[in-house]
Amino acid sequence: MTMTVLKTEPASVLPPAAAAKVLPLPKPERAFFKTSVLPKLKGFATSVVPPAVVICLLLAVWEILCRKAGATLPPPSRVNADTRELIFDPFFDRGGLDKGLFWHLSASLQRVALGYAIAAVCGVALGTLVGQSMWAMRGLDPIFQVLRTVPPLAWLPLALAAFRQGHPSAIFVIFITSIWPIIINTAVGIRNIPQDYRNVSAVLRLNPIEFFYKIMVPSAAPYIFTGLRIGIGLSWLAIVAAEMLIGGVGIGFFIWDAWNSSHISEIILALIYVGIIGFLLDRIVATLANIVTRGTAYN
Amino acid sequence: MAYLQIDHVDKTFRRGAVETSVLKDITLIIEKGEYVSIIGHSGCGKSTLLNIVAGLTPATVGGVILQNREVNSPGPDRAVVFQNHSLLPWLTVYDNVRIGVDKVFGRTKTRTERNAWTMHNLELVQMTHARDKRPGEISGGMKQRVGIARALAMEPKVLLLDEPFGALDALTRAHLQDSVMALHQKLNNTVMMITHDVDEAVLLSDRIVMMTNGPSAQIGEILDVTLPRPRKRLEVATSPAYLKARQRVLEFLYERHAYIESAA
Ligand SMILES: Nc1ncnc2c1ncn2[C@@H]1O[C@H](COP(=O)(O)OP(=O)(O)O)[C@@H](O)[C@H]1O
Ligand SMILES: [Mg+2]
Repeated sequence: MTMTVLKTEPASVLPPAAAAKVLPLPKPERAFFKTSVLPKLKGFATSVVPPAVVICLLLAVWEILCRKAGATLPPPSRVNADTRELIFDPFFDRGGLDKGLFWHLSASLQRVALGYAIAAVCGVALGTLVGQSMWAMRGLDPIFQVLRTVPPLAWLPLALAAFRQGHPSAIFVIFITSIWPIIINTAVGIRNIPQDYRNVSAVLRLNPIEFFYKIMVPSAAPYIFTGLRIGIGLSWLAIVAAEMLIGGVGIGFFIWDAWNSSHISEIILALIYVGIIGFLLDRIVATLANIVTRGTAYN
Repeated sequence: MAYLQIDHVDKTFRRGAVETSVLKDITLIIEKGEYVSIIGHSGCGKSTLLNIVAGLTPATVGGVILQNREVNSPGPDRAVVFQNHSLLPWLTVYDNVRIGVDKVFGRTKTRTERNAWTMHNLELVQMTHARDKRPGEISGGMKQRVGIARALAMEPKVLLLDEPFGALDALTRAHLQDSVMALHQKLNNTVMMITHDVDEAVLLSDRIVMMTNGPSAQIGEILDVTLPRPRKRLEVATSPAYLKARQRVLEFLYERHAYIESAA
């Protein structure tokens, strides 16, 4: 693919340059094609072709291994055949828990959104406190360091005991899982604000509120976003596990339910969706970080 | 009546049980419109002295009096141009100047006036062309110009410069020195500049304050530079008064108070 593109294009681009005197209009179009479209095509090819090849190979190996009689897992062709309905109609709702994948995923995403949003706000606030105040750091940091090592699911029984319902408990698990990296990274970012910026704000006599949003937040933004990115990844890890235990609508429960009814193909499909959405969540936060911290790079 | 007075200032840094006396009994009076340079070997306490005047570091003993009032906290009336420019990298050139203008003139000037004042100060340092660039996209000399514009825009009573040209190459440095000289001529601000460059001190200053080596650095000698203004770099360089002043400072720094590595 790439080879043919590389070989044919220069040849077809050369003649119009000579003909440009007669026909001035096509020239910019060609130039546009050469400078803008061609590199994009090349970039597309280099970023898409290798993973596509690897995926095809893996699917082939999987197919060969699971085709044999006595294989415990279905081959990709079976997965495809079994889950056709789920793939092509994600929106059905037959009442109760018999819903399309869209509803399960959106229920999980809503929980993550809520728990993560609370964690982001509290995490940045607590991180700022810890980063700014020596005493808050001395008092809180050891506690944070211990609590952050508690595995997410270990919080679930406690949350169920406190909230007596699955839904808020799941949100709490998301919150408590994702808040630690946000706190810790924010605190590091605040502590690393260069003395120069503090001097500038002192000379300008910025008040604490102005200092917070004019100096602290932009200066610590790269660190804060590192925390937010780790946090979103952990949230998505935790939600699937928590939902398996809690039940109700949600992708975690969907997987557990599929296992109980021995629909292995559905589990595989769900895992693919979980992976893709986790990847997308990470990309969204990363893109947001790039937009927000565009000018923050130290020079 | 003195405009700016540094009055019997001592500074001791304490780290745990260890005390180091950096400045000892510094007294200096600067008149309005005067350009005073502080020169001394590296580590003698020049920046510490400037930070005390700026209010960024408290004096251990003594104090700073500006227009008959003691100043002991930082403020825009003593704007600082830092050695490493200290522009906020997430703001554009314009916004880096505007942030100071808004803070100082937020109550007294309208939005339009503040915009005009920001642009006026960028014009003074010839940086209007880069108003929408970020600090990461302009050269070191340009950054320093913007730092100067930011300080000037606050209309400070005293302009404090901490080795403002130290990090620049010789050509850019000379260019910027000329700009600062022209600005001083035009605006007649009171300037206290720290430097370790003898030619820079002689060319720019009305008076040169020479500091002895630390610890416990003191003012060793004060030299009046009587060269007429405006001064032209090339014409001045050969004049006897310039050479004599230069000689005096060099003697002070390299004979009487030579920098001894082990003592620092
Ligand atoms: N915050 C501080 N704590 C302890 N010692 C300091 C501090 N700031 C400066 N010093 C010491 O004070 C002396 C003078 O420093 P400085 O004023 O930066 O010198 P200069 O600007 O003349 O090169 C140095 O020996 C330095 O180590
Ligand atoms: Mg210094």
